[in-house]
Amino acid sequence: MKTAVVVFPGSNCDRDIAVALESVTGVKPVMVWHGETVLPDTIDLVAVPGGFSYGDYLRSGAIAARSPIMRAVVDAAGKGVRVLGICNGFQVLTEAGLLPGALMRNQGLNFVCRDVALTVGTAQSAFTSRYTPDERIVVPVAHHDGNYFADEATLDRLEGEGRVAFRYADPVNGSARNIAGLLNEAGNVLGMMPHPERRIEAAHGGTDGRRLFEGLLETVGA
Amino acid sequence: MKLKVYVTLKPGVLDPQGRAIHHALGSLGFDGVQDVRQGKLIELEVADDTDDAAIESMCRKLLANTVIENYRIERA
Repeated sequence: MKTAVVVFPGSNCDRDIAVALESVTGVKPVMVWHGETVLPDTIDLVAVPGGFSYGDYLRSGAIAARSPIMRAVVDAAGKGVRVLGICNGFQVLTEAGLLPGALMRNQGLNFVCRDVALTVGTAQSAFTSRYTPDERIVVPVAHHDGNYFADEATLDRLEGEGRVAFRYADPVNGSARNIAGLLNEAGNVLGMMPHPERRIEAAHGGTDGRRLFEGLLETVGA
Repeated sequence: MKLKVYVTLKPGVLDPQGRAIHHALGSLGFDGVQDVRQGKLIELEVADDTDDAAIESMCRKLLANTVIENYRIERA
């Protein structure tokens, strides 16, 4: 599986996701600078990493979403390339219009940084195929703006279409319907606030995040 | 030409920062405050011949996230 990681100024989880991807796929991801206008050919997955791109200026993810490389990422997503946005990456994907809704300041105003329990919403995607629906997993979160917002009609549609990939088992940040991770309509784009790349080996305290990457590898094949 | 763009959360969208300010005002003894909403002000200096459509476009494409925010343009 060939992967790419987008590198924005200010992001601090680009190397974490690169290490996770290499650990599972055995192949080093291509690191793609935000100012580039094209992605490498024959990429199976593009990861949009967590961590304060552009210092969260204006709004979290807003400036990154308008960077040159994101036009290529949106094009690739339209062609079925898998795109995974984690934390700030999720914010970037909503700002870029690849996923509906917006991520607002946490309801409690605190930066939340701890392990949280999630329930798996659907196993019907390349990202979640190694989980079972309603399974409880533990993955860390670390964010200030993870309060997912969409209007009621959008939320009903997302739930009806089985696009909620992960929910917080207990409220964490005020997120509408406890949504922690969302799929796009075609199922090839996932945005999530928790950090699966921080739970890929036993030394991290668990491997619940690793299965997300293993599922991708299995679906894509090799 | 100077422009001021006021970006505010849409009515009905929870504003935790406004709520915290409201709470702090209450702690200071200002009891009569009904509600507080926090927004932001973005000041732009643009060419005098910049057309309205371009300014609207700047607001919609970047300055405000219209899923959750409204904007208002003030020309100085």
